[in-house]
Amino acid sequence: MTFLNYLLSGISLGSIYAIIALGYTMVYGIAKMLNFAHGDVIMVGAYICFFAVSRYHMPPVVGVLAAMAVCTVLGIVVERLAYKPLRAAPSLAVLITAIGVSYFLQNGAQLLWTPNPKVFSSVVGTGRLALFGGQLTVSYVTITTIASCIVIMIALTLFTGRTKMGKAMRACSEDKGAAQLMGINVNSTISVTFAIGSALAAVAGVLLCSAYPTLVPTTGSMPGIKAFTAAVFGGIGSIPGAFVGGLLLGVIEIFAKAYISTQLSDAVVFAVLIVVLLVKPAGLLGKKVSEKV
Amino acid sequence: MKHTAKKMLSFVIVLTLVVSLCSVFALADEGDAFKIGGTGPLTGGAAIYGLAAERGAQIAVDEINAEGGIQFELKYEDDTHDAEKAVNAYNALKDWGMQLSLGSVTSAPANATSAENFNDRIFALTPSASAPTVIDGKDNVFQMCFLDYPTQGGASAQYISSMGLAEKVGIIWKNDEDYSTGLRNSFVDTAAELGLEIVAETTFAAGNDTDFSVQLTEMQNAGADLVFLPMYYQPASLILSQAAAMGYAPKWFGVDGMDGILTMEGFDPAMAEGVMLLTPFNADSDDPATKAFVEKYQELYDETPNQFAADAYDCIYAYKQALEAAGATPDMTNEELNDLMIEQFTTMTFDGLTGTGMTWDASGAVSKGAHGCVIENGVYVGLD
Amino acid sequence: MKNKTLNRNARKNFATYGLVIAAYAVLQTMTVTGSITSSLKGMLVPICAYVIMAVSLNLTVGVLGELSLGHAGFMSVGAFTGVTAAMALQNVVPYPALRLLIGIMVGSVFAAVAGVLIGIPVLRLKGDYLAIVTLAFGEIIKSIVNNLYVGVDGHGLHLSLLTNKLALAEGGKIIINGPMGITTIEKLSTFTAGFLLVMLTLFIVFNLVNSRSGRAIMAIRDNRIAAESVGVNVVKYRLMAFVTSAALAGAAGTLFAMNYSTIIANKFDFNTSILVLVFVVLGGLGNMLGSIIAAAALTILPEALRQFADYRMLIYAIVLILVMLITNNPVLKGYVDIVKGKLTGRAKKTDGPAPEGGAGNGK
Repeated sequence: MTFLNYLLSGISLGSIYAIIALGYTMVYGIAKMLNFAHGDVIMVGAYICFFAVSRYHMPPVVGVLAAMAVCTVLGIVVERLAYKPLRAAPSLAVLITAIGVSYFLQNGAQLLWTPNPKVFSSVVGTGRLALFGGQLTVSYVTITTIASCIVIMIALTLFTGRTKMGKAMRACSEDKGAAQLMGINVNSTISVTFAIGSALAAVAGVLLCSAYPTLVPTTGSMPGIKAFTAAVFGGIGSIPGAFVGGLLLGVIEIFAKAYISTQLSDAVVFAVLIVVLLVKPAGLLGKKVSEKV
Repeated sequence: MKHTAKKMLSFVIVLTLVVSLCSVFALADEGDAFKIGGTGPLTGGAAIYGLAAERGAQIAVDEINAEGGIQFELKYEDDTHDAEKAVNAYNALKDWGMQLSLGSVTSAPANATSAENFNDRIFALTPSASAPTVIDGKDNVFQMCFLDYPTQGGASAQYISSMGLAEKVGIIWKNDEDYSTGLRNSFVDTAAELGLEIVAETTFAAGNDTDFSVQLTEMQNAGADLVFLPMYYQPASLILSQAAAMGYAPKWFGVDGMDGILTMEGFDPAMAEGVMLLTPFNADSDDPATKAFVEKYQELYDETPNQFAADAYDCIYAYKQALEAAGATPDMTNEELNDLMIEQFTTMTFDGLTGTGMTWDASGAVSKGAHGCVIENGVYVGLD
Repeated sequence: MKNKTLNRNARKNFATYGLVIAAYAVLQTMTVTGSITSSLKGMLVPICAYVIMAVSLNLTVGVLGELSLGHAGFMSVGAFTGVTAAMALQNVVPYPALRLLIGIMVGSVFAAVAGVLIGIPVLRLKGDYLAIVTLAFGEIIKSIVNNLYVGVDGHGLHLSLLTNKLALAEGGKIIINGPMGITTIEKLSTFTAGFLLVMLTLFIVFNLVNSRSGRAIMAIRDNRIAAESVGVNVVKYRLMAFVTSAALAGAAGTLFAMNYSTIIANKFDFNTSILVLVFVVLGGLGNMLGSIIAAAALTILPEALRQFADYRMLIYAIVLILVMLITNNPVLKGYVDIVKGKLTGRAKKTDGPAPEGGAGNGK
């Protein structure tokens, strides 16, 4: 039973990583940039939801929607101001800009909302289900997180596979020049991608803080790095890859803590990542691009 | 690329120069006030501690200056909870003309700045850096907080044992933090002496401090009926809420860093019901001085002060008492003040918000009592 | 044409040496005459350490062409092994300068060993996957050092992982105390030592880049398959650049650590790796002079912004974003050029930059 409990915790943590990783992977797939500010968008989303629910006593649903709306706008604004002017620049320049945006969001949040930790009240309540005569407990947050993760994954797969916008995204990710020649507005496609990625970040922020309720301006940074790892783990640019990578990372992290050492759990997680990448150099579900000669 | 790099660099350099020129003009005047400087994390993840200390100290300085007697000028510089930046901040304060120091707020930076204090002969009284290495071997570095190593962890174990609070004790501690590790070590040592059984011990570290399901499951499986949490309130609040979500409800025993948990915005006090802790400062106290301080702090900053603010407030008043007793004047050099302060602090007795009858020994460690408190219905109630 | 390129490179390298020597001379004179602020004086050694970090990372990122996100890990290895060596020899070697030298050598050797161990698997990968694996190694090193306990007594060094039970003999002392790191470091680093190490670093890097091996490394960067097809040993040369870079970072780590009385493993985290990467990108890939200036300017910048108090880091972030935009956006760059042209006027024509050469890789 303890094993099952650990597994559930792992899946729950992994689902959060997966949602964040989905945002990472979408942006990477299309803009070919590592958006290091993604973790901080999560933090902004969580703060918006916190203020809506705890301070202005709105229903949780409104809080989540407000967080998504604000993050979407934030994502588009950041993309317009900081990333769009660098569309033709080397990818490292964009990476450093993203780091600058990340510092900006963290420090801005600290000035606006003070560094004092806020306690996020879970949007789905704190109840739990007891199974097998109470030996296995599953909190509502865990159930919601896992369910949202699956729903988001399926929705994104359908969106990119079936809709016109989704197809445009895939086209851009394959070859921007060719996509443009086919009449696709590359700029607006990238903006839409950022909007979706940021809305996902808001959802991830709300779920993250529902499960782990302390909210500070640096809340997003560590989950951001872990999710980035998860995205690479699964094969960056691949939607199912981010899902699988996130889940596995969460489970490995919890198991490493439980069965190896709480002190070295991060080392174990990263060691597994290295081994996987050595065996499958493009991640678990990543596309292997053959070199052009 | 070479071309652009040059342009960019000239831009950065010009900017840096302009900014540093501005700071030259901003240099302060030679006044007739004692210049007290301190470093602390005013930005970044640990900013809550640095800001609290800065604000607490500022309130004390404003009160003292308003009285018209001895005058202080206070300056806090940001060290982002990092030893390198703390030394930079310390040097900036030296350029400003710091005569007396409040050291650093947190332990790791304080280890670095206290060595500088020692070399430069600038007396330091740190409000809250509790690691023994901060004062070790430095005759002019003193602490206002508990020295966590020998005092607090041991006192907690003693308290639990003498009150018969638990049969089986579990410990969750943060193994990459001086404060937490020091408390845990002294707790374990004393527990072994007293025959208190520790059934489970588990750790976490920065970057890995959100999910506690494994640690809590371990405690539960080991049958711990009391869990000792030597840590600051932020991770502690996460542990309490996750334990509640799991339906695990042992007795909780905290330390002074736990103070502040009740003032977190959005925290459900029911979660901390029955949590016991040893703390030198209690914002809900009836003591008139504490009440006045808390009211002032709330009025200015719209939040309840934690022990860092109270410790820093006490530091300023301790300086006032020592300077008055020594007959020191603001035109003295830092070396002269240093010798006077060492003499005063090792002989004087000080009453402040965080304790009465405080005394310091030559090592720089403070001796003051800790109160056992329990949280009942969202307020601290004294335990005796 | 080839000759001309070489000459230009040589000129540029000498300019770099000259700038470093001039900066040293000025700052050292200021220190001796006492006209330097404590604040700047305190930053001299860390600036040297960051300059070495930036130049060495530029070797990986600019010359080898691979993104490394774990460079601080090598700095960590160098810092902890170097300081341990210097401390363990405290009673054996009486001269502080020699102890520092031994420390730096030990630090760079251990970092080089770590470079080999990490480089062999890492360099099989490419692009962002390589980057993430270096990040992973950086985190693993941090995690291990955080749980490492080292003590010294009459019998030599004692090591322990995870627990602080070292069983030291009478008179022994703990050097590395797990997450608390090393707390009683003797401050041996001096600005002169830092300066010499910077010069040595530049000497090593310039010689490597301008040698046959350096050309092989850059050929691999520009086109791996073409390089392979003409018989360049890809693995060997990639590893050579990576390990050199690691060893230099290790030396920088020892220099840095021995400037403070305390050092902890968490100092060398992902953020520090990123910080050094920012120096490199801002200074220009493959441009060592740029790295030096960027490292110095960006180390001073947050200190110069102290008067803005709480807004300091926010302004730092804005400056960082603006600089990246101005230097990389064609439209903004155009405006800057116009302004600059007006300001400098004729001066620009006389020493106008030569056309892009081999060293300035714009990717």
